[in-house]
Order: sequence, then structure tokens, then C-alpha cells
Amino acid sequence: MVSVEDVYHVARLAKLMISEPEAEKFRKEFEDILRYFDVLDEVSQDVRPTFHVLEIKNIFREDLPKEGLTHEAALQNAPRKEEGYFVGPKVVD
Amino acid sequence: MKLSEWRQLVQEHGCLEMVSRLLERIEKSKLNAYITVCREESLRRAEEYDKGKVKGRLAGVPVAVKDNITTKGIKTTCASKMLSNYIPVFDAHVVERLKEEGAIIIGKTNMDEFGMGTTTETSYFGVVRNPYDLSRVAGGSSGGSAAVLAGEEAILALGSDTGGSIRCPASFCGVYGLKPTYGLVSRYGLIPYANSLEQIGPMANSIEDLALLLEVIAGKDERDSTNAGRGFKFSESKEFRIAVVKNMTAEDQIMDRFYDTLNGFEYEEIELPSLKYALAAYYVIAMSEASSNLARYDGVRYGYSVPELTSWGDYFSRVRAEGFGEEVKRRIMLGSYALSAGYYGKYYLKALKARTLIIEDFRRAFGDFDILVSPTMPTLPFKIGELRDPLTMYKMDVNTVPVNLAGLPALNVPIGFIRGLPVGIQVIGNYFEESKILSFAKRIAAE
Repeated sequence: MVSVEDVYHVARLAKLMISEPEAEKFRKEFEDILRYFDVLDEVSQDVRPTFHVLEIKNIFREDLPKEGLTHEAALQNAPRKEEGYFVGPKVVD
Repeated sequence: MKLSEWRQLVQEHGCLEMVSRLLERIEKSKLNAYITVCREESLRRAEEYDKGKVKGRLAGVPVAVKDNITTKGIKTTCASKMLSNYIPVFDAHVVERLKEEGAIIIGKTNMDEFGMGTTTETSYFGVVRNPYDLSRVAGGSSGGSAAVLAGEEAILALGSDTGGSIRCPASFCGVYGLKPTYGLVSRYGLIPYANSLEQIGPMANSIEDLALLLEVIAGKDERDSTNAGRGFKFSESKEFRIAVVKNMTAEDQIMDRFYDTLNGFEYEEIELPSLKYALAAYYVIAMSEASSNLARYDGVRYGYSVPELTSWGDYFSRVRAEGFGEEVKRRIMLGSYALSAGYYGKYYLKALKARTLIIEDFRRAFGDFDILVSPTMPTLPFKIGELRDPLTMYKMDVNTVPVNLAGLPALNVPIGFIRGLPVGIQVIGNYFEESKILSFAKRIAAE
């Protein structure tokens, strides 16, 4: 069972503001989808998980300086900028 | 139109003339397959080609690029309001390769928002229409890239495939589309949805064109740490040990056509028992990776923003509420749920274990066979708006997602029409055996 509170809880975790009608719609859908996911309960705990299909680890390269983005390019898409910095909301009140 | 036909026409009429005609066709199109058309730049490149200034294996060839692949100076939106004004400051590896080979990037194609969908109905820019029936979907998420090929609005196209996003629209639009082995094509510049599953791949109107485009985009790139560091060169094989995967199925009329196509080939029938976990495992993993990947959209460095700079949490939540569409929110939230305390073991870890079982099933099958076949999609292209419930929509990916979980290569081959709508067969190969599946596809196409 999924409650509306559960939906608000994950919305908060995911930093998404949602409305009441949205929460109710998602609640119903999540219940169906999560019930479908229950098929995974059959899978034995003893199986090793696969995070990545390719067995590649620790690809090293020479640590050499390279040309990066210019200051201007990095800020090009920012909705707000000031004196060469990104402008964001206040983190503390 | 095939590449060879395009080259013939260019020789007769010149590249500028042919590109102008193509742009005119795009302008009049009802498909809604492009988000951005690169008109001026395409004409300029065509003119350069006519002056003999452009060299390369794709010189003077119009290529459409899915709008989740970054193009320097050309808007790249992922079909999302969140990125509707985003102009990348660098080219994706595959775009660099296209340019090095002289291709003309004709435009950026429409798709499901961030690749999350099977019909392109989740696009912020509206649905892509099927060239064979405008009231039906073109498939997704690379719906635009498939539609422009079927609708003769490009000669080649790039798509990306996380759970079937190249093969599904290729099937629905009657074109060829290949998802490469995980790691064969660099993901540098592919705006991420689910990193461990997705690959950029070629789409075309013939096997030869598909192979050529794969040769161009495959290869080493150290900017993608999961890149396998190897290239691709097509070499044709003649002998195949073929198996039909019996538990990858479709509607009866599609199955009839499927078996008709295999008539004349020798094959066995096998079952891969762990496929019953594939759809659930795929969605748990894809949603979990999406919830982490899409955390980057904060309305500060790039992307959509809201006017009021309130507190951090409030601002962030508002930007994302307004910038993301419903399906994207659904997947981010379910992903956050699957990764949250108390559920990680039940969903995420179990999905990764199921993935191991699926890989083992495929490994066993490829011990005895080198080609596995199935129908690509369980149904014919549906009507726009026909599928409303998300879970029903997810189930349409049942035949395509196992391939992404295992990281194998697979492609769609068109096998004709039922009531005027395209049908496709999925050909799956072992790791890095793209040549084999292309060779077999060529045989099917020749039959």
C-alpha cells in the first residue's frame, strides 16, 4: 500500500513540489507499478548484483593539464549571473 | 531514401539544390519530427561541398541528431521545458565524428522528454506523428529520428537507446536502428538518463548505411570512462546459428509475419527463464539512475528558472516542478523511492541481482547460438493518446529492455506491413558482434 504521505515524502526527497491532485494520481499509479515490481521478490538473495555490464575498472590516463571551458562559456547558460559568478538562492535564512 | 540514392541525386543536381529541397520538405512536414532545423548552416555546408571543400565518408550527407546529444551552438533540449533554451558549449563525441567525416547536421529531432517514453508523447514540443498513419505514434523515445528517415526528411539519423528507444521507433516507422554493445560508442555529450543502460546508435534506411554510420561513431574516447576503447569495422559473415526466443512474443498477426520471415532459415526455439524479471528490473534500475542523474537540474547553472529567488529547497523544488513533465517526475520519484532507506534492498539491489540472472541466461544461449531473434514490439503502432496508464505503456518495452540490461547489441529490421503499418524483427547478438547481426539482417532484408 502506498499512502499520499509516502508520495509527499518521496517528492520531498526528490525536490519536487507537487499539488494535491498530482499526489493522489501518483499514489494510485505508484501502487500499481510497485506491485508489478514485487516479481523481484522471487530473486534469490544469494545472486551477485551487476552494477555494470563491462568488466572495466580503473582506466588511468596521464594527469596532464588540458584546455577547459572558458569562464564565459561556463556561465553562458546560467539564468542569473553577477560579476563572473552564478547567482543562486540563499542556503541559510 | 538510401545513402546511395542521395549521392546519385547530389551528383545530378548538386548538394545545395538537394539540401534546399530537403529543407523545403521539412518545412511542409506534418510529422513534428524536428525540434530545431539547422537551415543556414546546412545550406552553407552544402555550398562548401559543391565547391569541393568537404571531405570524408559522410561528405554532404544530411544527418539528423536526437535532441539529447549535445551540439555546440545548437539548442539541445531533451524535449524538456527544463532545457528548452539550453545551448551547449561543446559537441558530443559522436557529433565531432560526424563533422570530421563531412556530414551536414540538418537538425535536432523530437523525442520523449529525457528519453522517458515509448511514443514521444511525453515531449514538451508535442508528439511525433507516424509517417505511415498520422493518427498514430512514431514510437519512442527516438521517434523523431525514425520518422525523419521514413518521411524522407534526412538520410541518416542518430538515436539513443536506454530500453528500446532506437529499436521501438525503428520498428514503428519501418526503418533500421541499432543499439550497439554497451561501451562501443562514447556517451560523452549524451545528456544522461540511465548511464549503465544507454548507448547512442545509428538509424538508417539500409543495412549498408547503418553499418557505415556505426563505423563512424564507434571508437575510443577517454572522456567516457565506460568506453570499451575499440572501433568497429563491418565484415560480413555467412553462417549463423539462429534461435528464436520463445518468451519474447507479440500479437498473433505479428507472430505470423515473424515466422513467415524466418521461413527458409534453420533455427531452434529457446526460452530464457529470467526474462520474467526483465521489465521490473529495467524500470527499477532506469528510474534509480534517473533520479540521481536529474538531480543536476537546479535552475542555477543552466536550464529553466523561476522569477523568485526564495530559499534553496523551495527554489529548487519549484524549478523542477515547473520544468519537468509528468513522466519525468514519476520516474524521478519512483527512483528516489527505490533507493531510499528501507527499500534499497527490496527494489534496487534485487533488480541488480535479476540483471545478473538475465546476463547468465544470454551467456548460456550464446554458447549454442550466435543470433537470437524476436519481434521488436508486441503490438503495431498505437493511436496517439491510446495508452494512458503508465504501467501499460512500460509493458510495451518487454522485448527490448533485456538487451540493455545485458549490454548486448541488437537491431530492428523492417519485415513489411500489416494493414499499412510497419512491423519489425529484433536481432540480438553477442558482445561486440555487431557484424554478425548486421550480416543476418542483410540476409533477411534480401529475402
